[in-house]
Formats: sequence, C-alpha cells, structure tokens
Amino acid sequence: MIELSIPLLLAQLTTGIALGAVYALLALGLSLIFGMLTVVNFAHGAFFMVGAFLGVYFLGLTGSFWFSLVLAPLAVGAIGLVCERVLVRPLYGRGIDDPLLLTFGLSYVLVEAMRIAFGIEGMPTSTPAELRGATNLGFGFFPTYRLFLIVATAVVVIALWLFIEKTRFGLIIRAGSRDPEIVRVLGIDIARVWLIVFGIGCAIAGLSGVLAAPTRAVNPEMGIPVLAESFVVTVVGGMGSLPGAVVAGLLVGVVYSMTSLFAPDLAELSIFVLMAVVLLVRPQGFFGKAGLMSGT
Amino acid sequence: MRSASFAIVDFIAKHRVGAVIVLLIVFPLVMPYQALAINILVFGLYAVGFNLLFGYTGLLSFGHAAFLGVGAYLCGIAIVHFGWPWYLAIVAGVAAATLVGVVIGYLAIRTRGIYFSMVTLALAQIVYYAFYKAERWTGGENGLRGVRVEPMQLFGFTIDLVDPMTKYYVILVFVAAALWFVSRVLKSPFGAVIEAIRENEKRTAACGYDVARAKLLVFTLSAAVCGLAGALRALHLSIVPIDSLHYLQSGQAVMMCLLGGMGTFFGPFIGAAAFLWLEDVTTTMTSHWMLVVGVIFMIFVLFFPKGIWGSLLHWMRRDSRANEAVGETVVPERAL
Repeated sequence: MIELSIPLLLAQLTTGIALGAVYALLALGLSLIFGMLTVVNFAHGAFFMVGAFLGVYFLGLTGSFWFSLVLAPLAVGAIGLVCERVLVRPLYGRGIDDPLLLTFGLSYVLVEAMRIAFGIEGMPTSTPAELRGATNLGFGFFPTYRLFLIVATAVVVIALWLFIEKTRFGLIIRAGSRDPEIVRVLGIDIARVWLIVFGIGCAIAGLSGVLAAPTRAVNPEMGIPVLAESFVVTVVGGMGSLPGAVVAGLLVGVVYSMTSLFAPDLAELSIFVLMAVVLLVRPQGFFGKAGLMSGT
Repeated sequence: MRSASFAIVDFIAKHRVGAVIVLLIVFPLVMPYQALAINILVFGLYAVGFNLLFGYTGLLSFGHAAFLGVGAYLCGIAIVHFGWPWYLAIVAGVAAATLVGVVIGYLAIRTRGIYFSMVTLALAQIVYYAFYKAERWTGGENGLRGVRVEPMQLFGFTIDLVDPMTKYYVILVFVAAALWFVSRVLKSPFGAVIEAIRENEKRTAACGYDVARAKLLVFTLSAAVCGLAGALRALHLSIVPIDSLHYLQSGQAVMMCLLGGMGTFFGPFIGAAAFLWLEDVTTTMTSHWMLVVGVIFMIFVLFFPKGIWGSLLHWMRRDSRANEAVGETVVPERAL
C-alpha cells in the first residue's frame, strides 16, 4: 500500500489538472462546433492525432517547439476548413445523424493518411528542451512540462473567451448559436461563420494534440480513446457549454489521476462511471440546459 | 412481363425470412471459401441486430461492439473455463449480452439524438476496459484462446464443427431462427410502435405509447441478437479477440448497415456481404484498407444515404409508381 501524505495527494491532484487541461481543450473544440453547427465531430480524436503527428513533424523540421506549437494547429485548422467546405456543408439540412456518420468515415481516412505519411509505428517524442526538468511547487517537485500544459490551456481558454465575448465576430458566433435564421436575415453569411468555427474547433483539437504529444505515445490509433474521453467530458459538462467543457475537463482529469493512485486498474473505467452517475442524476450535465439533452 | 416480376417481388416480401434462408443455404456453394461465407453470416446477423435499433427505431448506437463482444466472451468463457457444451455456451453468451443491453440501454435511453450515440460509445468503452483488465478470465490483450467445440451426437448424426460446411449450416440454423424472430418482432404491433418512434417520438407518446419502455425493449432485443452473433463468432474463430469489443467494431455495424440500407430487412445482410467482400478484395491489394472503406463510406453518406439495397428499392418503387396508374402492383418496400 502506498504511504498517503498531503504532498503526494497534492502532486497527484496537479497531475490530474494537467491531464484535465488536455481534456478541457478537446471538449472546448467539440462543444464550440456543436454549439454552433449542431454537428458532433466524430473525427475530433483523429484531428487530435493529426495535430500530434504534425507537431512532431514540424518540431523536426524547424527545430523549435514554439514554431510547431503554432504551425501544427494552423495546419489542422486548414484541414478542418477543407473538410467542412467539401464534406460537411452538403449535409446541412439533412438528418442530424448524417454529419456524424460522415465525420466517422473521415476519421478512418485521417488515420490511414497518417499511416501512409508517417508509418504505422508512430513517432518517438520527447519533452522540448526548454520545458524539461521539474519545478518546486512548495509541496514537492513537479514536471515543468505538465505545469506548462496547465498554463497553455489557461491562455487558450482566456483567449477564446475574449474572442467570443468581446469581438464582433464572437458576437456573431453567439447570436448564430442561438438563432441562425435571424442572423441570416440580418445579412450575415452564416455559412462562412460555420466554416470558420469548424476550422477553429479543429485547430483547438490539433493544438491539444501537439501539447499532449510529449506526454503520450504518438501513433495513428491514439485518437480513438481520446474521442471517447472527450465525449465523456462533454456529456458531464453539458453539451455545447464552454464553461462546462473546462470544468468537466479538469474534473475528469482529477478523477482519472486520483483513481490511478488508489486503484490503478480502475483508472480508465473511473471516468466512464463518472459519466454514468452524471447521466443518472443530472442527464443534461453540469452546465447543460435542461431539455437540451432530450431535444433535437 | 412487368407484372410477373412484381409478383415475384411480392412473393418474396411475404416470405422474406424463407427467401433469406433459401439464399443463405445456397450461398456457401458459390463462395470462393467458406470462412468468408461464415463471416458474412455472423456479421450479417450483427448488422440485422443493429438495424433493429438504428434503421427501425432511429437510434444511432455507437456501442454495439459491447454486445457482440460480451456474447462472444461469455460463450467462450463458458466453454474454456467451465467446459460447457457449445449450445449451452451460446445461451450463456446471449443471456449475458441481453443483461448488458438492459443496463446500457437503461442509461442510454435517457438521452436522445446525437447524445445517444456519444453515450452508447462511452458506455461500451466501460465494457471494453473491464474485459481488457480481467485478464484471468478473458486473456486480456491476447484475447480468449482455445474455444474448442467438441463433436456432438444428434439423432444419430455426428456434428463436428471442424468441417467448415457443417459449421456454416449449424450457424445458419441459429441465424435463421434469429431472422425469423426479428421479422416477427417487426411485423407485430410493437414493430409498428418502434417505427412510429423513428418517425415522430412526441406524437407516439401523445398516442399513449410508453416510448421509454419501447425503446428499452428494442435496445435489449437488439443487444440479444448482436450477442448471438458474437457467440456464433466465438465458435467460428475458436478465439475471442479483444477487438470484438473495440469502438471500431461498433463502427463496423454502422458502416455495414448504412452500406446495405438502414431500415430495410435485407439491407444489413447485403451491407455486411459487400463490406466483407470489399475488405477481402482490397486487403490483398493494399494494406491501407481503412482509407478505401472510409472514402466509400463517406461517398455513401453524401450521395447514397439509402444504401445499396435501399436505393435499389427506391428506384423500383419509383418505377412501380409510374405503373400504379395502369393498375400494376406496388412493390411492398417496407417488407423488404
């Protein structure tokens, strides 16, 4: 049995928050797309995986982690834009399941494309030199890279919040997610807004892939468990809710890391059990509107 | 000439289970090898079970691998760890899948639409991890090995599943029974209720039907049929790979069903056959099979959402509509 102590618990809690930061980012992208387009992106895990691959690729190409941190999400966002324009857009106005099915097929193509481009073995990763080592947090030393994950996520969340709440385009996004019809009547090209939001959502998925790459194995299948986990986060947080995505992301990360401290075998299970409990007690999730879960 | 061909279609529609069975009896004789024929049989049943929920009730589950896998594992465990005869092991597999279906269904039907897809996916992951970790019983990552089937005596005949043709026809008996059962369910008043839920859930509830109960029941039935497919697959492969519970296995049911034609009786079988045949052909040419299937699937979603069989029926009905004016029979599309 492990000797339990406050520093150990605090360290594990911080690990959980670092893990949760990645979940929060993933769920943010998913919720942003859903809130606006009412499309569940089943290729979200695949975009995460593509982000991780491109991050490692650009790191090798440019030699700088910071460049890859910018370039890879932009590239993933660009792929997202093309996918929305060519594949998802023809499906608007059809059944709600159709975009979901299409993005599911898309995830197959993206996985295989990465296999063709980078091989089936995956790529070796390492923590960028600037962020190696550990930092003293007062209760013990903690890997610097994981602290960086938390900070980076906070920056993205704040930037996204400012973008949506304080800019003109953010105003259009908010209005569009409430009533696309009226926004269109007011003379705004809503299809263009949807296109950009889909691109941003994919770029955020790509960014979380780049950020997560040094902490896990990069291979073409890495997106599959991630997709299921980000669904758990969105269901727990409330579908389409951005604060919900952040809070539930961090909670899921902490639950995972705490369970792996006490019962390592049950760690993967724990977050799904959490979702089951939330479904029983509050089906719409923490921040979801009542009835939304049973609507559409 | 026209009316004769419609009379045949009409006859098939009335005896749809019989028609499938006759087709499946002849089927292995024309296939290049029996293993593929048995695969099509098993996955066809899997797709039929899935279609009950997706095609007829309009609920898109992304977690049906849980039922295929639990059916396969429990059938395998009964044989490997308890030494049960194979026919009892099948019962064990179906019972376990049904039970898991009740539990997952109870949680999942609290949600609707796309949430249903997400929640079923996530709940199926629980089953995946649980079986993955229970290595002592399931063999973990390596899968459950050694699902051997002893020859048995029945009415003086020896049934030995080692012979592929015998295996095919033994499995066919179970598949035929399940098809009859599904057809019966669809023809019953309950079958009309689930189709009503697909068309308009609120209105069905307003008509006085207990929508939640009907959904749970159809979810459970669907799980049972998929569990049977899983148990039969365990007997066929004599190993249960952990992939049976994987998310991609759930996706396969979706693909087969959509490829063939959701909400049609014959569609899922045609979809399963097309999918497995395609896999068989492409994997000999390229290792990038997922790319091919992904692209084909997207093309179907975009341009042929009715699937192969559904599009064919649609085309036939349009044809027969034109003839309706001159007193021709209309193809009973719903029954096919």
